[in-house]
Amino acid sequence: MEHKDYSAINKSVRKKDAMQLLLGKPVYTNDVRPKDALIVKILRSPHANAIVESINTKGAKLIPGVVDIYTWEDVPTTRFAIAGQTYPEPSPYDRLILDRHVRFAGDAVAIIAAETEAAAIKAMKIIKVEYKVLDAVLDFRTAKDNPVLVHPEEDWFPPCEVGGDPKRNMVASACDSHGDVDSVLDECEVVLDRTYHTKAFNQAMMEPFTCYSSMDRYGRLHVISSTQIVFHTRRILSRALGIPKSKIRVEKPRIGGGFGAKQTAVCDVYPAFVTMKTGRPASITYTREESQIAGSPRHEMEVRIRLGATKEGKIRALDLYTLSNTGAYGEHGPTTVGLSGHKSIPMYTGGLEAFRFAYDVVYTNHQAAGAYRGYGATQGIFALESIVSELAEQLGIDATVIRDMNMVKEGMVMPAYYNEVASACALDRCMEHCRQMFGWEEKYPVRDMGNGKVRTAGVAMAMQGSCISNVDVGSATVKLSEDGTYNLIIGAADMGTGCDTILAQMVAECMDCSVDDVAVFGADTDVSPYDSGSYASSTTYITGKAVEKACTDLKKRICSIASDMLNCTEEEVVFEKGCVRHIETGESVSLTDIAYKTQVFNTKPAEATATHTSPVSPPPYMVGMVEIELDKLTGKVDIIDYMAVVDCGIPINPALARIQTEGGIVQGIGHTLMENVTYDKSGKPIESSFMQYKVPTRLDMGKLKVEFEHSYEPTGPFGAKSIGEIVINTPAPAIAHAVYRATGVWHRELPITPEKVAMSMVEE
Amino acid sequence: MEIKLKLNGKVVTGHVQPDTVLLDFLREKGCLSVKCGCDTSNCGLCTVLMDAKPILSCSTLAVRADGHEIYTLEGLQEEASEFVGFIADQGADQCGFCNPGFVMNTIALLRENPEPTDDEIRAFLSGNLCRCSGYDGQLRGIRAFLDSRKN
Amino acid sequence: MITIKEYVRVKTLEEAWQLNQNKMNRILGGMLWMRLGSGMVNTAIDLSELGLDAIEENEEEFSIGAMVSLRDLEVHEGLNCYTNNAVKNALKDIVGVQFRNMATVGGSIWGRFGFSDVLTVFLALDTYVELYKGGIVPLEEFANRKADNDILVRLIVKKVSGKVVYSAMRNQSTDFPVLTCAVSNVNGTYKAVVGARPAKAAVYYDKENRLINGETEEARKMFAEDVAKVANTQSNARGSKEYRTHLMKVLVSRGLVELGGLDGN
Repeated sequence: MEHKDYSAINKSVRKKDAMQLLLGKPVYTNDVRPKDALIVKILRSPHANAIVESINTKGAKLIPGVVDIYTWEDVPTTRFAIAGQTYPEPSPYDRLILDRHVRFAGDAVAIIAAETEAAAIKAMKIIKVEYKVLDAVLDFRTAKDNPVLVHPEEDWFPPCEVGGDPKRNMVASACDSHGDVDSVLDECEVVLDRTYHTKAFNQAMMEPFTCYSSMDRYGRLHVISSTQIVFHTRRILSRALGIPKSKIRVEKPRIGGGFGAKQTAVCDVYPAFVTMKTGRPASITYTREESQIAGSPRHEMEVRIRLGATKEGKIRALDLYTLSNTGAYGEHGPTTVGLSGHKSIPMYTGGLEAFRFAYDVVYTNHQAAGAYRGYGATQGIFALESIVSELAEQLGIDATVIRDMNMVKEGMVMPAYYNEVASACALDRCMEHCRQMFGWEEKYPVRDMGNGKVRTAGVAMAMQGSCISNVDVGSATVKLSEDGTYNLIIGAADMGTGCDTILAQMVAECMDCSVDDVAVFGADTDVSPYDSGSYASSTTYITGKAVEKACTDLKKRICSIASDMLNCTEEEVVFEKGCVRHIETGESVSLTDIAYKTQVFNTKPAEATATHTSPVSPPPYMVGMVEIELDKLTGKVDIIDYMAVVDCGIPINPALARIQTEGGIVQGIGHTLMENVTYDKSGKPIESSFMQYKVPTRLDMGKLKVEFEHSYEPTGPFGAKSIGEIVINTPAPAIAHAVYRATGVWHRELPITPEKVAMSMVEE
Repeated sequence: MEIKLKLNGKVVTGHVQPDTVLLDFLREKGCLSVKCGCDTSNCGLCTVLMDAKPILSCSTLAVRADGHEIYTLEGLQEEASEFVGFIADQGADQCGFCNPGFVMNTIALLRENPEPTDDEIRAFLSGNLCRCSGYDGQLRGIRAFLDSRKN
Repeated sequence: MITIKEYVRVKTLEEAWQLNQNKMNRILGGMLWMRLGSGMVNTAIDLSELGLDAIEENEEEFSIGAMVSLRDLEVHEGLNCYTNNAVKNALKDIVGVQFRNMATVGGSIWGRFGFSDVLTVFLALDTYVELYKGGIVPLEEFANRKADNDILVRLIVKKVSGKVVYSAMRNQSTDFPVLTCAVSNVNGTYKAVVGARPAKAAVYYDKENRLINGETEEARKMFAEDVAKVANTQSNARGSKEYRTHLMKVLVSRGLVELGGLDGN
């Protein structure tokens, strides 16, 4: 492992926007929209599956302040996908801006544009719609080959072949394997066969989906959106609206949280369409209800695992089948599912002789799912980590020890991870570190606390990726200013995570300057160099490497300009803090002088743009341990302590990496214990507000402790891997494990509510 | 209806509908720190001080503020500046969307209880949701501020 | 959100009462639940200038104005001293401090909401409501009445010999409760009040005299079973009928244990 004294890397510097955010400055989409922007509202279907037979907007259009109302008859007929993915997208083109066939309770029926919100709401109430209500597919286990088709249309189009077939309600299907899993399972002394179920949890970022658009001074569509994906959004709008990309500019201001929700262009097309029709600025902000029922939540998945092991606990074979519910539209359906196997099975590379991973992704008449931090890995890891703990408990082996025996170690080839080598892997050290820090030996025995309460502990491991290998592209432009400071321009999106800051830290490290001397701007399709966007944990790893490369190039250029000034060759000079020096003569020119020189009679730009991509996606690793107090009578589970040790390579900014981890753990606790997703009989979501969808408060998460085990990833910038997603993966299996230890009952469906815990014991 | 109130120390008048909520009125008056996160009085993002008490501006009729005194974060920049740097040092600002409501309620807490315990901080701020930080960083920031004040 | 055509800050209770006789008009409490409706209100009647926001305490009773906020109740020393913090325990988990600064006790009691922690705890005490026209009525009687056009002016909590304990089960710390439960002994009479069944809180007395010979474990269990037998429960998103019945037994018997450990007034 490389050890180096860094000046800006591995330092907990404040986020560049911190004081602006903490002092409440107007930096979000809704704060910067023009005051005269039309308010756009969407009339939504109350039915899970229906055809709009007729729609009468005449009366509504007469309401003072209503500018126009659009229905399926007014929109282009080209199908598109709103998933923020690299072209050609694995997600099928299965949407229209407004479709006559509405496919979930909450699907868009009409677009209302009005001068005021009050007028828009009034109009919404009096638009008359007659629906032909159709049978709906509301249980994803019955979707495949159901006679009710979610997408019967003939113009359904898959840009990629991923095994989809809309005539069978299938979005994707595939199988991957290594070795002969059936015969190894046959030989195994212990075989467990279990099925786990996770729900369509909502990201519940505090800022709802929001976007506005206007015509710029060149008559182009200018879209300002709370998005993680400016370039993909431009491409999506171009296809949906049928206008060339040169006529569209997409920009993001500060983003009030994303967690993947804003990796889908959920609302952008509506104001853009209104601006194209009216020529006027138009703005949309989803209500919390709309964000809950017409957003892009996690894919509900059912994961069946057959695990084969020796009596001593050596895991020999894993056979995993995932059924994923993409909901009414296919966004991220074909790809999220892959992570349920590819980012769970490799953790047990240790002695694994064979694996099989097969999946089906189906359409249903639920809200369309999308990308949510963890992206399928979360679901797969809940299943796999649970079954491994089940194995440990069944064999009477300490659950941390069984993991020691089977986990992937540095240098191993991971057949279930596209044969990538675990080039930087401190998972074993994470386990030992966490065991010590947490006090596993003392905490995992079940302790009676009196009055029906017991304390005990659970454990889980996790992995993720650091990008989409062979796909993601990140770029950065670094420019020298006249006073020796720098501008960094990126297309990645800081959604609160702090990537603007950590990328600036990299510039500071490379250019030997302070982080304050680096101004960051992003993201804007007119200005930023191309970047796939901030998702798949890729920004540090991919865009970070692009920053490093751009800095190397820029230094060369600066040296070249300086050598002209010093009348020597580039080889004779060296870049130093604030200047370039002639090695032999000691004569130097300051960066200020160099920068000014570039503004006079000059052909050499004092800026550089670099692009990076990666054939590998090095996994970060993590171990989480939870101590709970469980009330056997009420079923209430209180988190006492949650401790975690993460290997994200070298953390560029340990404070931000720690907060990422803590935030991810608390989201995971929410999914495990309190956030639920249920539907009424007609398919309407019940948890459609924060009154019903209960995310954890600061009273619901116990005490957190997070530490890091460093590894050095040779392909990452300064040895870094990723942190953004992995952190959500351990709570569900760790807590389920602890609940089993406390009660003797395995809960294989999330959330594990107090009722489920209490009643499982009453039944016994 | 015409209303007249003291907003951030200045007398402000305005015309509102009987059902205009204070949140909309305040944003209209340029107090863009006031955020709407939920519509159901659950998230705390819209917290402002009315007669020095923290309230949810999304659930308060603007007409009810007539004759009262309202403070938003725009009017308490100095008081906030005393401690928000400590939150920034933890990196707990994150996306920032919940920050104004959180900062306003923290101000209310520290005015009422200048030396709160960790449990008192958690209890007082439990109506302020945050989806990014996992809350502990906010707590560490407040604790660091309180410690710095002691020394 | 509801729409409101007019807003009046009334100067007298009589003015409020007159306005409130029109069914299209509504009295505002904290407006937290009311605003979530989608209906239309002609005139919103605001009582905030009638001085109903005070808690007064004398030798015999607490007098709590209808516009007193839940937060004021929660931090009121006298009331919490008298109830051994049962009032605080009942209120502290309701959404958040900001919410409780706005929600009024009058609004909570008048609404007779199923999920109400407030109604539950006050039913366990010797509580009366004063209605503008209807006079002083025991809270238990009021809770079972249908809403009419009268006005709730204040709550009266009599200081009697007794003790009270409050608990509730929540799936998430500040969520609506799955079940609320207050257990008290007021003037020698045992009461269990159970709310969020999800129907509104109701009072259950020790009709079988289980506790007459002292609070033994067996007696507590039998009383809890009695309550669970007669108190009907239903299912909703927060819990099933069966779970609520189960919880009722747990919370009532635990409440009695805690009650036994308290010094009475």
